[in-house]
Amino acid sequence: MTKRDALLFAFVALLIVGTGALQSWNTALGILNMGLISAIMALGVNMQWGYAGLFNVGVMGFVALGGLGAVIVAMPPVGEAWAAGGLRAGAGLMMGLVSIAGAIVIWTRMARGWGRTGAMVAWLIVGFVLFRAVFDPAVDAIEAVNPAATGYLGGLGLPILLSWPVGGLLAAGAAWVIGKTALGLRSDYLAIATLGIAEIVIAILKNEDWLSRGVKNVIGLPRPVPYEVDLQQSAGFVARAESIGIDPVTASTLFVKLCYAGLFAVVLLGLIWLSEKALNSPWGRMMRAIRDNEVAAEAMGKNVKARHLQVFILGSAICGLAGAMMATLDGQLTPGSYQPLRFTFLIWVMVIVGGSGNNWGAVLGGFLIWFLWVEVEPFGAFVMDLATSGMADGSPLKAHLLDSVAHMRLLTMGVILLLVLRFSPRGLIPER
Amino acid sequence: MEILNALVVFANFVLIPATAYGAQLSLGALGVTLIYGVLRFSNFAHGDTMAFGTMVTVLLTWWLQSLGASLGPLPTALLALPVGIAVTALLVLGTDRAVYRFYRREKAKPVILVIVSMGVMFIMNGLVRFIIGPDDRSFADGERFIVTARDFKQMTGLDEGLAIRTTQGLTIVTAVIVVAALFWFLNRTRTGKSMRAFSDNEDLALLSGINPERVVAITWILVAALATIAGVLYGLDKSFKPFTYFQLLLPIFASAIVGGLGSPLGAIAGGFVIAFSEVTITYAWKKVLVYLMPENLEPTGLVQLLSTDYKFAVSFVILVIVLLFRPTGLFRGKSV
Repeated sequence: MTKRDALLFAFVALLIVGTGALQSWNTALGILNMGLISAIMALGVNMQWGYAGLFNVGVMGFVALGGLGAVIVAMPPVGEAWAAGGLRAGAGLMMGLVSIAGAIVIWTRMARGWGRTGAMVAWLIVGFVLFRAVFDPAVDAIEAVNPAATGYLGGLGLPILLSWPVGGLLAAGAAWVIGKTALGLRSDYLAIATLGIAEIVIAILKNEDWLSRGVKNVIGLPRPVPYEVDLQQSAGFVARAESIGIDPVTASTLFVKLCYAGLFAVVLLGLIWLSEKALNSPWGRMMRAIRDNEVAAEAMGKNVKARHLQVFILGSAICGLAGAMMATLDGQLTPGSYQPLRFTFLIWVMVIVGGSGNNWGAVLGGFLIWFLWVEVEPFGAFVMDLATSGMADGSPLKAHLLDSVAHMRLLTMGVILLLVLRFSPRGLIPER
Repeated sequence: MEILNALVVFANFVLIPATAYGAQLSLGALGVTLIYGVLRFSNFAHGDTMAFGTMVTVLLTWWLQSLGASLGPLPTALLALPVGIAVTALLVLGTDRAVYRFYRREKAKPVILVIVSMGVMFIMNGLVRFIIGPDDRSFADGERFIVTARDFKQMTGLDEGLAIRTTQGLTIVTAVIVVAALFWFLNRTRTGKSMRAFSDNEDLALLSGINPERVVAITWILVAALATIAGVLYGLDKSFKPFTYFQLLLPIFASAIVGGLGSPLGAIAGGFVIAFSEVTITYAWKKVLVYLMPENLEPTGLVQLLSTDYKFAVSFVILVIVLLFRPTGLFRGKSV
């Protein structure tokens, strides 16, 4: 890090501390926590785009898969639902996998021609019908178990911290499938393919109630940190809060947020250390060589396709990890809240503004853009108040302008992205 | 009789809706494909361009409605449409001047332009939500049906009714006119030919004295017209909601790629391929099968292959299949 980079980080820290001093420390810590998570997502996207030039606009899907990981690992299992249809659902899913695998075997083993196509299509149709026949009753049985409270299989009941790597693994698995099919294609096609897969992941989370309760949401994920209520009831904590002169209720929320911030910071620092090591190793130089000239790298004997797949999986896994962390922080999985503008394109703004190809840049972008994303709204409201102060009260235009402030943030993000791309295309902390 | 009833059900729930939806997708995909052919990048802001054009038209329609203007049985939105197109054209020309031109002069890589279009997408999306808000808006008026289900039953004496909504008829008629005009323009006029020449081989086109800025400007105007028409037709047929238009990006891209990026004919074919697969795969076939199957074989379930929420999955799977087996699309588009 150069002096300039350190100054930029100090500036962002000042922004967050300033929020604490002027607005509230709760908001400031909230920004810090999501900033840490955003920075991790940005690291993942930076790996794919900055190191290797892969254009992934399916970040949302991987983040959501991470959230699913948190549910699968940490929620208590619903024994009744498992008894009702767990085995059958498993068998159905296996059948689905077998029919897809079989179709691939048919395609690769049989001789070219209409026979092969026909055989594969017939195999797939039979497989699909059998899959539905086995799977559907299981789903109905599982979803019928106390739908208001559970209606899904639940998770494994393990500590939620374990879900972070599991979320990463889920995302990595999805990335492997996508990478295998789409990475050989050119950049625009990869973009559309990842955009599509992200929508499909969200559609699955919304509709497969047996897995994720769908739009009924999974709430009350276990926490890795103490609950505010418990803190407020512990005499030692209350005494300590009063000794520094903070109201125990505020102190408990701040303490919980600080605990999260500590956990997230450990993950982020570990990831930065690993990514810096990777980027400055022969592997990282090879990646950049492939990015800058695929043909030349291939001529030097580098396996471009395999390396692309590798870095695609790594980056997606990091996004999944961040997704699991975010579900942990929120304490819930709400599939309806995943919006591509917020979870895919905003991460891209972070990477581009921070500086693609530079890990520190991506992290800085994560913090800065998240800060702006949160703070543009109150700031916009303030500006709008000022701008409309001359208008008569109750005029429809004034009401409309004040109501629409919430949408200022999209506009601002777009303007920031375009300005950075135009005047400082290498970002705040350029690659070196 | 049974077969006729089955046919009517099929037409009512699959054929007509899918044709209208296919026409809307085709118009959208034509815009994407034109930008790809001439400016050589995938425009992520296309869905939001559609939303912007529709928004202008919606606002104008409301104003016209408040004045009491109407087209009788046709939706008033048709009166507002030309103005909507003009405003959208001004917006995209302004965007091109302020944003894209710089990168064109720099000869930036296509992927940079895609990222730039992401920024434009953010701005347009914010603009639309800022002006009209994120909620569902309906602006259709005039006669609702060309043929209602009841009239059809009385006319034919069949058990099943066939309803054709005005908006569906309008969509198909408009799409045919627009596509015919576009192909006439591209194939017969001097400007259209220069556009195709520019798309085929930029250097050669420049050598023959074609003014690139003019070609680009005309492309943007055509794209604004196509996007606004597609958006307004979709909005009349369903309803206008900014987020839905953003989500349309996926099936539109799928249509353009399935047909072959850069090929106008392909965009139309792709639009219908995607629309028909979406509708047929997410339609519950029970009603049709009840008429076709002998009574003891009648299906008990809905016979729906996938729930309607997975319609994006359908366009995606078709996209992947086409990309894997025929990477340049059905009509041999470009591949850079």
